[in-house]
Amino acid sequence: MPGSDAELNQALEKAGRVADFLELGELMCLDALHRTESCGGHFREESQTPDGEALRDDEKFAYVAAWQYAGEGKIPILNKEPLVFENVKLSQRSYK
Amino acid sequence: MRLTLHVWRQAGPTAPGKMVVYEATDVSPDMSFLEMLDVINEGLTLKGEVPIAFDHDCREGICGMCSLMINGVAHGPMKGTATCQLHMRSFKDGDTIYIEPWRARAFPVIKDLTVDRSAFDRIIQAGGFITAPTGGAQDANSILVPKESLESSMDAAACIGCGACVAACPNASASLFTAAKISHLGLLPQGQPERYRRALGMVEQMDLENFGSCTLHGECQDACPKEISIDTITRMNRDFIRAGLIGTRT
Repeated sequence: MPGSDAELNQALEKAGRVADFLELGELMCLDALHRTESCGGHFREESQTPDGEALRDDEKFAYVAAWQYAGEGKIPILNKEPLVFENVKLSQRSYK
Repeated sequence: MRLTLHVWRQAGPTAPGKMVVYEATDVSPDMSFLEMLDVINEGLTLKGEVPIAFDHDCREGICGMCSLMINGVAHGPMKGTATCQLHMRSFKDGDTIYIEPWRARAFPVIKDLTVDRSAFDRIIQAGGFITAPTGGAQDANSILVPKESLESSMDAAACIGCGACVAACPNASASLFTAAKISHLGLLPQGQPERYRRALGMVEQMDLENFGSCTLHGECQDACPKEISIDTITRMNRDFIRAGLIGTRT
């Protein structure tokens, strides 16, 4: 890394952004691994209907995962924000 | 292409600066000026040297972040073009190019080719806005604007706030920038309630920021990447004088 952090350093600014992207990428992998269902763009081979559609698991995963930073090198803490539907019933959509 | 670059290097606002020579080899004529600098910076980084700091963002001539005095000309040799849209085909193989930051007392150097242009932000804060409620988009479209006013307003609104006008001016005056904003807003019906307060406030702030005075050299309109006319300055002066003579009420 050229230069220092004691002055304007555009290379350091860029490196910081790259580090952010890597951390976010890692977190997205972690989230995808924990969510053992298929849902929307998140498709897992072991979770599909007989005709190859995404198979959700609403029993276990009807929530938004809000990951909380737990410190450098520590596994983030999972906070669940439940998806509650009062007027509609959850159903599976078919694109066929 | 092979070029010799003389680049202004300055470690910080209070550090002394100097021109440093770099040899640019393998420059493609299709590169933009900033891409050419990117390649120089890649080379410097690989050698463990500090890359040249310069401002840039959109690289399509609309954001106003890029600057550079290129061979003494703000935004370089192409008329009506910001540095990001200047291509190396505008230069010849073997050319020597001098690259410096904007030079003005109100734009102190931050590092190398980057300068602090926040004085422009404070001029905007002093009146470069409209507070009249205009409703949603549909309501705004129902306000009729005379064709002539909207054309002139739109021409002035093309200003991207890059500061080339200040850099080109022998007095380092910010008149073209300030006048462009005053014209842009003052020509629209929504801008009328604040028109004279705006002119007074923005001109006063411009003076407070240590910009020079306008003596109508016209260098600014020549350097402006958006080719804004100094006609806007006459409009600013008219509004400013009127505000001084009869007050700020429309």
